[in-house]
Amino acid sequence: MKIGVPREIHEGERRVATTPDAARLIQKLGFQVAVESGAGAAAKFTDEAYREAGVEVIEDAAGLYEQSDVILKVRAPRIGADADNELELLRPGQVLISFIQPAQNEELMKQMSEKKLSVLAMDSIPRISRAQKMDALSSMANIAGYRAVVEAAQHFGRFFTGQITAAGKIPPAKVLVIGAGVAGLSAIGAAKSMGAIVRAFDTRPEVKEQVESMDGEFLMLDFPGEDGSGTGGYAKVMSDEFIQAEMALFAEQAREVDIIITTALIPGRPAPELITEEMVASMQEGSVIVDLAAEMGGNCKLSEADRVVVKHGVTIIGYTDLPSRLATQSSQLYANNLRHLLNDLTPEKDGSIVIDMDDEIIRGATVIKDGEITWPPPAPKLSAAPKKELAPKPVEAPEQKKKGRGTLLTIVIGALVMLWLGSVAPPSFMSHFTVFVLACFVGYMVIWNVTPSLHTPLMSVTNAISSIIIIGALLQISSSSWLIALLAGFSILITSINIFGGFAVTQRMLSMFRK
Amino acid sequence: MSQGIVSVAYIGATIFFILALGGLSTQETSRRGNLFGMLGMGLALIATLTGIVTGHYVIVFGGLLIGGTIGLILAKKVAMTQMPELVAILHSLVGLAAVLVGFANFMDHSTALSGAERTIHDVETYLGVLIGALTFSGSVVAFLKLSARISGKPLLLPMRHWLNLILLLLAIWLCMIFVSQSAAGGGTLALLVMTIIALLFGVHMVMAIGGADMPVVISMLNSYSGWAAAATGFMLSNDLLIVVGALVGSSGAILSYIMCRAMNRNFISVIAGGFGTAGGETLAGDEAEAGEVIAVEAAEVAELLLDAREVMIIPGYGMAVAQAQHVVNDITRKLRDKKINVRFGIHPVAGRMPGHMNVLLAEAKVPYDIVFELDEINDDFPHVDVSVVIGANDIVNPAAQEVPDSPIAGMPVLECWKGRTTVVLKRSMATGYAGVSNPLFYKENTRMLFGDARESLTEVLKQLD
Repeated sequence: MKIGVPREIHEGERRVATTPDAARLIQKLGFQVAVESGAGAAAKFTDEAYREAGVEVIEDAAGLYEQSDVILKVRAPRIGADADNELELLRPGQVLISFIQPAQNEELMKQMSEKKLSVLAMDSIPRISRAQKMDALSSMANIAGYRAVVEAAQHFGRFFTGQITAAGKIPPAKVLVIGAGVAGLSAIGAAKSMGAIVRAFDTRPEVKEQVESMDGEFLMLDFPGEDGSGTGGYAKVMSDEFIQAEMALFAEQAREVDIIITTALIPGRPAPELITEEMVASMQEGSVIVDLAAEMGGNCKLSEADRVVVKHGVTIIGYTDLPSRLATQSSQLYANNLRHLLNDLTPEKDGSIVIDMDDEIIRGATVIKDGEITWPPPAPKLSAAPKKELAPKPVEAPEQKKKGRGTLLTIVIGALVMLWLGSVAPPSFMSHFTVFVLACFVGYMVIWNVTPSLHTPLMSVTNAISSIIIIGALLQISSSSWLIALLAGFSILITSINIFGGFAVTQRMLSMFRK
Repeated sequence: MSQGIVSVAYIGATIFFILALGGLSTQETSRRGNLFGMLGMGLALIATLTGIVTGHYVIVFGGLLIGGTIGLILAKKVAMTQMPELVAILHSLVGLAAVLVGFANFMDHSTALSGAERTIHDVETYLGVLIGALTFSGSVVAFLKLSARISGKPLLLPMRHWLNLILLLLAIWLCMIFVSQSAAGGGTLALLVMTIIALLFGVHMVMAIGGADMPVVISMLNSYSGWAAAATGFMLSNDLLIVVGALVGSSGAILSYIMCRAMNRNFISVIAGGFGTAGGETLAGDEAEAGEVIAVEAAEVAELLLDAREVMIIPGYGMAVAQAQHVVNDITRKLRDKKINVRFGIHPVAGRMPGHMNVLLAEAKVPYDIVFELDEINDDFPHVDVSVVIGANDIVNPAAQEVPDSPIAGMPVLECWKGRTTVVLKRSMATGYAGVSNPLFYKENTRMLFGDARESLTEVLKQLD
């Protein structure tokens, strides 16, 4: 089958659905790949680079759509009366894979269904662990989070990192990230590595660990018994009391921090309003707010989608195309997501797509199959959120007590045996016994000092010196009995194997340990 | 030479032996330590040969020459991956020697003892032979298991605990018979029967112990060989043997203890046998839920390594089996040349004997100052970019911390999943010796590189250029 990748015509869209590297790997699955001329130009992939990767470059979009069986795109196809209608170009029976947003694009869904297309929506891939490699939303969110910090830095008038210079002290910037999803965590990481002090808030307590693993400070809301985790790793709507407490926290933080990055979204709903006008007004002059939820109405009351505005001396950034602003990177990740999906779609690796509706991932992604709308899919079975930590082994404590009692018992019995031995044994035995016990203690002290990396040489050297038993054989060898002499002689033979072998192999090992 | 001078020589030898063990506390002094060991042995031998031996020199020197040659050849030829086998077979020789010396001593009626001294002497002889026979047969079985001449799986006879108990009681009963008969000049039969029982007991004991518990068995047999020497020392009233036996015995005992602690297992339960007998069923329920593994190619692993700043390599027995240590060193060198900090994390029970991995890495010329122990390195994992697990399984199993009813719960493990990415090299998805499925493989930040470790790593090495 032939896969076609057209140039994105949406205004300001710089991404492309495949890269030369990804195309190479897609061809290994048995597909032919074609791109429209100039498709990768905005993302810095030249036609020449595609050709080198064995990709056919087709001059015009019409020809590309005509020849291809599968179309890979970034944005949903454009509909409407103008000349740029992309849907017109699609043919019945073709497979389209791109972002669709079926919930927001009812009209598009209807028209595509009428065209008898099969459509897989990259934004409908279920959020289960097996599907992570094709989760384009996460890839894009990751980039958006990073880019949000870069945009904030662009409009912020100071360093992120604190410094002490000859000219005076520079305090580090304070960044508050609201919503610690993929974008939030990425923003935390980026801001942290630029040297800022980063705080983060999220209604889902289980992300605390993730925030702390990025060296961020997790702001806890002292509010018992409410967990904001919804299904599929997203947050859910919280109670009024909770929201009040949350708003109080934000109001307090707003006075303190320099940069606020909001990423709070609840699936299928307008973005919750978290930063009020008063909060913006209370921020210091020159502060920056980046609102990643601007497309869905914004987390900040004053943010405007796709624009940068200055209100109360605070720069509010409402870009909705942050991934596209890092086009090379986002194209690479998106192309890889597509490649992983294609990999699952071609089980035989023979270049023909099988839409297997029993596969949970493919089922979730497929929004139209042969003209029939199959969206929304049945709810995913698993949550991407980590399960609650199991209670850490409560069994240990009683065991230790038992152990303590056992040790005491051993000591008492040992002491009694010793006393009994002392009362019956002849003095010659007791003197040897004294030597024995002392030697045990010397051994104990010495061996604990041996470094664990030398335990193997320790074993071979103790093995060699335990062949001191040869002395026993030597004591007997001069016996007048031939049998005894023979037994002793054989003992000498085998113990000397041990002595020479043991020391030699130890020496060989030790000489290998080098700095 | 007078008896006094021989005793002085023995004291000197004792000091040398203690210095030998003390020398092993650091790598710098270890070679000198081994030299002290040889000096001590030489001193003891010369003193005994000149001061005590009065005849049969041909046998003595013949034995020394032949034995010494065999020993030197063995030491030269053995591959470092086979060290556990060598150590096991050498232990068996000590055990055998203890048996032979015990029998010879029993047959030698030149020293006449009576009363309590006689009883104690007989008990000493009996114990020396018992421990010796046990060490001998146990070590032979351990050798066979380690060299894969017989299956490494635990052999669990029905009623094995009762069987052990019966054997023990039988041994005690025979001891009483032996002592009473020996006083009357007999007892050979009782001693022989006991020797056979001890041999059987040794076989049965080691047969019941699984592959992953081998480090404990080896150190335990090491300990036994020491006690056998000590018992022989009592029998012959020779303080040198007693001291050396005690040193070796306590050394082996401490190693066994360290190994048991590293597996969070009770010494008794290891000896009683069989990892994977009580709770050995794989946790199928968890596995189904855990999702799928992400397999990668060697080229991707190479890229991961090149992009990393901190790399941790965790070797296991699989590295020894695949003989991959030299490739590992080549990769390590190449990465370190690129200013990537490569370190090694060694779990105490990685491999088949204590310190096995360290020796293998040392053989491959990995500098020992980048090789770290579990306790030293476990806190560093959050800062590690890529952990490479080579042929290890149970020692990196998060189930030990996360699943309270897992058979390996509470065992200290290397927490590689706390790093950014973990690459696991493995032949297949089979479980480790503990028979426990490993949730590490299903973690989001784990990548699996399937295939023979050496071939995979050779491929990775090629891709690093």
